[in-house]
Amino acid sequence: MPLLRETGEAVADAWTILPDDRPVPAGGAVVVSLKRWREERETLAGRDAPLGVLLPSGALASDVAPDLQRLGLIALDFPKFRDGRGFTVARELRERFGYTGEIRATGHVIADQFPLLVRCGVSTVQVPDTAKLDQWQAALGTLTIAYQKAVAGEELPLSLRRFKVA
Amino acid sequence: MTSSTGPVGLYQYDAVDREFVHERVEQFRGQVERRLAGDLTEDEFKPLRLMNGLYLQLHAYMLRIAVPYGVLSSTQMRRLAHIGRVHDKGYGHFTTRQNLQFNWIKLAETPDILGELADVNMHAIQTSGNCIRNVTTDQFCGAAADEVIDPRVYAEILRQWSTNHPEFSFLPRKFKIAISGSPADRAAVKVHDIGLLAKRNAEDEVGFEVWVGGGLGRSPFVAKKARDWVPEADGLAYLEAILRVYNQFGRRDNMYKARIKILVHELGIEKFLTHVDAEFARIRGPKFALDPELVAAIQARFAPPPLADLPGHCPEFEAAKASDPAFARWVATNTVAHKAPGYICATLSLKPIGGIPGDATSEQMEAVADLADRYSFGEIRVAHEQNLVLAHVRKDALHALWTELKAHDLATPNIGLVSDIIACPGLDYCALANARAIPIAQGISERFADLDRQLAIGDLSINISGCINACGHHHVANIGILGVDKKGVEFYQITVGGNAGIDAAIGDIVGPALPAEEVPAAIEALVNVYLHYRKDGERFIDTLGRIGIQPFKETLYAAAA
Amino acid sequence: MSTKAITANRLRDGSVVWYGKDGLWVDTVDRAAVYEAGAIDGALALAKQGLLDQIVVDVYAIDVKLSEGRPVPLRYREWLRANGPSVRTDLGKQASALAYAF
Repeated sequence: MPLLRETGEAVADAWTILPDDRPVPAGGAVVVSLKRWREERETLAGRDAPLGVLLPSGALASDVAPDLQRLGLIALDFPKFRDGRGFTVARELRERFGYTGEIRATGHVIADQFPLLVRCGVSTVQVPDTAKLDQWQAALGTLTIAYQKAVAGEELPLSLRRFKVA
Repeated sequence: MTSSTGPVGLYQYDAVDREFVHERVEQFRGQVERRLAGDLTEDEFKPLRLMNGLYLQLHAYMLRIAVPYGVLSSTQMRRLAHIGRVHDKGYGHFTTRQNLQFNWIKLAETPDILGELADVNMHAIQTSGNCIRNVTTDQFCGAAADEVIDPRVYAEILRQWSTNHPEFSFLPRKFKIAISGSPADRAAVKVHDIGLLAKRNAEDEVGFEVWVGGGLGRSPFVAKKARDWVPEADGLAYLEAILRVYNQFGRRDNMYKARIKILVHELGIEKFLTHVDAEFARIRGPKFALDPELVAAIQARFAPPPLADLPGHCPEFEAAKASDPAFARWVATNTVAHKAPGYICATLSLKPIGGIPGDATSEQMEAVADLADRYSFGEIRVAHEQNLVLAHVRKDALHALWTELKAHDLATPNIGLVSDIIACPGLDYCALANARAIPIAQGISERFADLDRQLAIGDLSINISGCINACGHHHVANIGILGVDKKGVEFYQITVGGNAGIDAAIGDIVGPALPAEEVPAAIEALVNVYLHYRKDGERFIDTLGRIGIQPFKETLYAAAA
Repeated sequence: MSTKAITANRLRDGSVVWYGKDGLWVDTVDRAAVYEAGAIDGALALAKQGLLDQIVVDVYAIDVKLSEGRPVPLRYREWLRANGPSVRTDLGKQASALAYAF
């Protein structure tokens, strides 16, 4: 499945999302479930390769807060695009916990959510094979004005000063 | 004060605001094109169209246009009239959320309609969908004599804050905020997801009393008080904290249990507030602070009406009342005091006897626009009771205004009386309804057609909803009527004792569900019980409070037996 | 067993339509195809192709009775959809040449 970064550019995926029933390879960047991370933390943390965790919808940013230094990627699962909990998790990871690694939206998201995800701190979005990438890219530039600050950036107070965002 | 010369009462859009609403139109145009091309499924498109006010109803699409905090200019009203004529069937319906709905809209034309609205700084953004809905307030804001704080400034700040909010656009369910700046609370704040009462402390600083978890629908709740005082500067941070707790913990497994009122109820208010307080403690501070300069800047974008310096006593007005009893009666029911001497607020009834509550024709909208230009600085308000208001009328011009209103069937002297009925569109239009609401309202209105009798009965609210979603606010009416479907037949459940104001209360069921044709007689029977027991000018709700529900119950059960 | 017809709203304008005998969507209920209970599932599956083709939304079966050989909706909600608002008989299908006298 194509992977888009926050700029809209398609990029190669360096990560493998590992189902729980597959063994963890010694090398390579892998993403494990939150459940597996909790159960096999010792082994996984000692591994000398990049590690990511996939948060199911309903998990909180605080569930991985103590481990953020170790995690190169946090993937947020959207089981249904209408389930907006991931927007809060992304924002909390950035604003509350200062996470600087990759935050990835996976599962069911639609192009129209792309700019909102980015504004909440998401850095990559996995889109369906059938997706028309030009529509996803166009979605980023459709609204050039926001009435709230994005997660990244400005030190100004939360504003009603309108921001140019695209 | 500001020297702004734009329309009175409205927030003045600047180039940035205008650009935003136009961009939003083009965004929706693209979404419609993708839907028609099959790039978006109906499931994916539905939340996008809802966030632009577009529903699919029984006969066609329905477009719900935002009237921010219920204020619009004569120019905007004329545009609504025009859209009604060109894209609809010559009329619109004013709603309990101070909005306007058109019932016969075509999807393919909607982007153009939204474009026509954007040209007059209007839109349909977030009038539906599982997001923060357009904020509602008191229809007399900025004019009422009892006002402590003008809530429009904060309503506008909330509008901006909530518009396309990146974190809160896919909430578990819809989220409604109401704000009132007067102790009388004409905005029904305690039956909203968040209700704000703006007030001043001993140091004359502005702050908010915050209520949370109110709402009607399947499980009605009066809101619980979250905080007695949140300083102005922290207002947005506190709301952000509440929304964040809701977005994380609100139920998503059952749409009937997804509103914040259920979360507050299931967690308990103490535990809920523990979460909110923790979040608030983390996020309050300079980053989220609402600075006074910004409040002042928003305030300055509201042009105040250029009121003349008039004496409080108006001999022409007193003489007109004395010589024209019909005028005096209309004044008694359809006006409230203005804070400026020599002025008065006038309510234009959209409840003619036997009419459809809240409906206005394009011709009436244009007439109101013209009257607003001549009598109220071009400014019009929509009341949540589905009436219109001209808020700044000179007392010495009021008789002339009334005379003109009569010609347009907008002068029914029934505000607050038994025929000033709130009704949702019901099964005549709505895809969710179980029963019709409008014909019930018409039947009751006709039964009490005698206006002298209505005046003798006095203050009495009757609200009708065509289903348990309660768009007609039946729970908080003195007499509430809920339509239900019993094996394909419309029945109506009656409640008494509800109240939407500062003493908000949910009504109690008072009798068996009745078929449509029996409802007006049943209402009359309840009114007669009240009249029988009434003492010393008591209102219906006072008598009920004193004697209890039993006499009312007995009457309805006896009639049904 | 009751007799059924299939209804939907047209995607582009939201107007009420019924699935006709030749597989096209029609504007009046009297021209709707009718199905006995055993045949409705198959017909509904065919009609739902209209969802995929971006022609209609919200496709479902309704109960009808036959009056002089023509289908009439049984439930009041469907009767309103076939006619128009009861409080504005000047509007909707009931007001146009499409109206069908019940």
